[in-house]
Amino acid sequence: MTVQTRYEAVIGIECHVELKTRSKMFCACANEFGGEPNTKVCPVCLALPGALPVANAEAIRHMIRAGLAFGASIPAFSKFDRKNYFYPDMPKDYQISQYDMPLTLGGSVRYWLEDGTLKECKLTRIHLEEDTGKSIHGGGGDGRIAGSSFSLIDFNRAGVPLMECVSEPDLRSAQEAVGYLEALKRTFVQLGVSDVKMEEGSLRCDANVSIRPAGSTELGTKTEIKNMNSFRSVLRAIESEIERQIAVLESGSRIVQETRGWDEGQGVTHSMRSKEEAHDYRYFPDPDLVPIEVDAALIDELKKTIPVLPPERFARYRGYGMDPKQATQLVDNFPLADYFDACVAAGANPQASMNFVLSDLSRLANETGTPVNESAVTPEALAELVALVESKTVNSKIAKELLERMWAGEGSPKAIVEQEGLAQTSDTGEIERLIDEVLAANEKAATDYKAGKTNILGFLTGQVMKASRGKANPALVNELLRKKLE
Amino acid sequence: MNDVVKRSAAEIARDVNAKRISARDVTEAVLARVDEVDDRLGCYLTRLHDLAREQASRVDERVAAGESLPLAGVPLAVKDNMCLSGTRTTAASKILENWIAPYTSTAVQRMLDAGAVPIGKSNLDEFAMGSSCENSALGVTRNPYDLQRVPGGSSGGSAAAVAAFEAAIGMGSDTGGSIREPGAFCNVVGFKPTYGRVSRYGLIAFASSLDQIGPLTRTVEDAALAYDAMAGHDPMDSTSIDRPVEPAAPSLREDLEGLRIGIVKEFVTAKLGAEIDALYKRAYAELAKLGAELVEVSLPTADYGLATYYLIAPAECSSNLARFDGVRYGLRVDGADVGQMYEQTRAAGFGPEVKRRILIGTYALSSGYYDAYYVKAQKARTMSAQDFKKAFEHCDLIAAPAASSPAFEFDSKSDPYSMYMMDYYTIPMSLAGLPALSVPCGYAGTPAMPMGLQLAAPLFEETRLLGAAHAYERATAYAVEGAIAV
Amino acid sequence: MASEKIDVRYVAKLARIALSEDEAERFGKQLGDLLAHVNVLSELETASVPATAQVVESRNVERSDEAGPCLDRETVLSMAPQREGSFFRVPKIIGQP
Repeated sequence: MTVQTRYEAVIGIECHVELKTRSKMFCACANEFGGEPNTKVCPVCLALPGALPVANAEAIRHMIRAGLAFGASIPAFSKFDRKNYFYPDMPKDYQISQYDMPLTLGGSVRYWLEDGTLKECKLTRIHLEEDTGKSIHGGGGDGRIAGSSFSLIDFNRAGVPLMECVSEPDLRSAQEAVGYLEALKRTFVQLGVSDVKMEEGSLRCDANVSIRPAGSTELGTKTEIKNMNSFRSVLRAIESEIERQIAVLESGSRIVQETRGWDEGQGVTHSMRSKEEAHDYRYFPDPDLVPIEVDAALIDELKKTIPVLPPERFARYRGYGMDPKQATQLVDNFPLADYFDACVAAGANPQASMNFVLSDLSRLANETGTPVNESAVTPEALAELVALVESKTVNSKIAKELLERMWAGEGSPKAIVEQEGLAQTSDTGEIERLIDEVLAANEKAATDYKAGKTNILGFLTGQVMKASRGKANPALVNELLRKKLE
Repeated sequence: MNDVVKRSAAEIARDVNAKRISARDVTEAVLARVDEVDDRLGCYLTRLHDLAREQASRVDERVAAGESLPLAGVPLAVKDNMCLSGTRTTAASKILENWIAPYTSTAVQRMLDAGAVPIGKSNLDEFAMGSSCENSALGVTRNPYDLQRVPGGSSGGSAAAVAAFEAAIGMGSDTGGSIREPGAFCNVVGFKPTYGRVSRYGLIAFASSLDQIGPLTRTVEDAALAYDAMAGHDPMDSTSIDRPVEPAAPSLREDLEGLRIGIVKEFVTAKLGAEIDALYKRAYAELAKLGAELVEVSLPTADYGLATYYLIAPAECSSNLARFDGVRYGLRVDGADVGQMYEQTRAAGFGPEVKRRILIGTYALSSGYYDAYYVKAQKARTMSAQDFKKAFEHCDLIAAPAASSPAFEFDSKSDPYSMYMMDYYTIPMSLAGLPALSVPCGYAGTPAMPMGLQLAAPLFEETRLLGAAHAYERATAYAVEGAIAV
Repeated sequence: MASEKIDVRYVAKLARIALSEDEAERFGKQLGDLLAHVNVLSELETASVPATAQVVESRNVERSDEAGPCLDRETVLSMAPQREGSFFRVPKIIGQP
């Protein structure tokens, strides 16, 4: 047993995700990334004296849909609370959040690892809150807060709707943490509740990490890791923190419960302890807002908007024989996955349509710049083509040609095949006639074959196929040729 | 003094709409009156000569164009915790001493739309915290009936301005009695509508779940006119009531036949001394003489109102006033870091009463005390509301004192709690969100100072309340013109 | 009910208000006195009483998700105690939120 395998990591993730809405959470300022500083602000999100919040209905619907997607329960009663603390990029010096009655409770996130193993991480809750403004730290410190002598604040982001997803400590490795985050991301994007652009800061996460002797059920002392700006940095930061904690325990010391910042450049976490005393957030119900009641009718209405979700698709695609990478790629390309599912729904053999979708159609889409789902090849048409191949009406070569023509807008493959007589022939007499012609024209090849150069068979098959204008059943050609030559 | 200034709002609006006098002429007369007396009285923190003239001209144009405006040309005092775009809006605090509001509060806008002319921004206790106006950091307001005495508070500037003919309507805000008590002290009508009737958008918050805007006027009819103009649903305030407002002005009555008026058993006026006891007994007898049936009702938790209020209001204010932090607007006192800047700014910017309330509220919400104080007070609030609900099963209105004493001399209440006791009779109605008003009911003390009778109605029964107050006012006429000292 | 002796310095720190020695003493006493007064609430039997956050009951007040106009940037920044270009400027920040 190595030092590493003697320990088990226990990881929980707190993740903040900006919701995709037209306006901010409590005012009508545009919810858009970037722009000139302090241009998307109004009395409400700038916390001018006298301004009052009014909740964005769409943000609440997004929350409920996100909860439903993870099988969370949606309490009938929910409310907003104030979380009181002073920070210069938080205009009111309290954040409107949800304390003891969040919009969603429980549920779980199903995710998978690179090797395709399916996993599950329970959710504690998802609650709705508002984002803060952004600070730029100046005067030394290279843009970091430590060492800076002043900060500049842009309130454009202040008040953007934000959901906080809190997981249970169900994750056991950095890979699982990333798998979990990827699952959150693809679900939110697919639901349309967030764009989840980490580079724009629309998904930010902190990880609670502890280790314990393998097999133990007690929790060790945890640290909270911040400043992870990409999934890659999540992976590296957690791995590094686990190693650090193992080294601390191995050296006979104890883990200190603290917040640690990930240093991307140095690849280590640093203690962020400061002299500030512990926070006392003094949560209380926001008297400027009224409670939210969610009735069964709304839940039913929103349930109908929940699409087929990634884990379900992934498992199904794996069952079709896709490898984990292919399945992930297709799952993450929602329009293409929808298209693929529509083909299957139209009766196409999944494996056969998978090959068309992942290779030929994706290539055509790349070449032409038209997404597959917007191309002239409807799922029904593709299902028709797949059926033609399945029934051996056309061979794969003709099928590829047909696909190109369908892409170009020539319509139903069945119609093309019928009109142009492209159906594959398995007429033994006809094929034998063609074989005779080819052998007559290639006497040397026939002789060579008989002399043991059996690899010439491929050439001869090709010649017969050519003579049939591609319509001959290649397997049958091969078989009959062999017979003839032996 | 031009007698125009003594006219009621109803008379002015009628005359301006009939083009018997221009809004501009009314405005000039009132501005002259302000310039004549306000250096001594100190009702206004900011005089709005230019804006008043502009608005008056606009009103004259609209009237000339054929419009009839309910408050055409009516001179208006705006309490300086209400935003009026382009004007200094201070909440009588050093922390906002030079802040120019970039937007207008809904209630003020509605008054302007109805044709009222803003004469000035009136003085108040800092952030509306107080009962005498002595907590204003920016000026002293004197009682027009005796310049050695306070005008009451927190809407003391508006009350005194209306009493002294410096406006016909004063806009006030009432959290625990801040319209009714100064109304009583200055011998004017002070009316607090049901919580949520008038939008709080643009009212600088003190305690969000209690704050309510209402008018101070010389007649009940004017209070009804002002209420009709300012009340109504506002989508910018989540706590604004979304139900139709029954116009009060047409329902004013001349008698109290058929009304049962409750006298609260627990409000023992004998405690207030023989003279005041006799005065209120006379007032109740006057109600009976007008046809009302007097019934004894009980508010068993009335004695707990003050304690309940002095936990809830400070708790909310501690959070509402966090935004005054020196970052975005208002006063900043520099410090070596942001934390020091906050502490120095708030130490210099807030007066002692505001600090006291922020501290008590912070304490009541802090970890370990939240349930014992804040939640306990919220439960006591429920009991207070239930008390009224039960009492109103036996009566249509409740009559009570509006304040514990007549206006007192400056600096005579050194102990905060004795000042808080001034609101003993008004706080229960505030906790229950009820509409309540004070109407002049005679004089007490030496020199004789005005007293107010408080009437309260069930939620949303403003029309009943104003109707009855009108009958009382017509029958008694205690607001004697000419008794004022300026 | 909790003790009436309150750590006024700790509370002032939470509320971000610097107190002089004199203020700390005066406020400490006044707050203690006030808490003694409000402690009468402990006489009320409230175990089965729901808490009232808002006295006029209302639910689900929401706005439709539409973007509207914002304040003009110069108006916004003209309020700033200290600005730098298009930003609000503050002294150095110590510690995380």
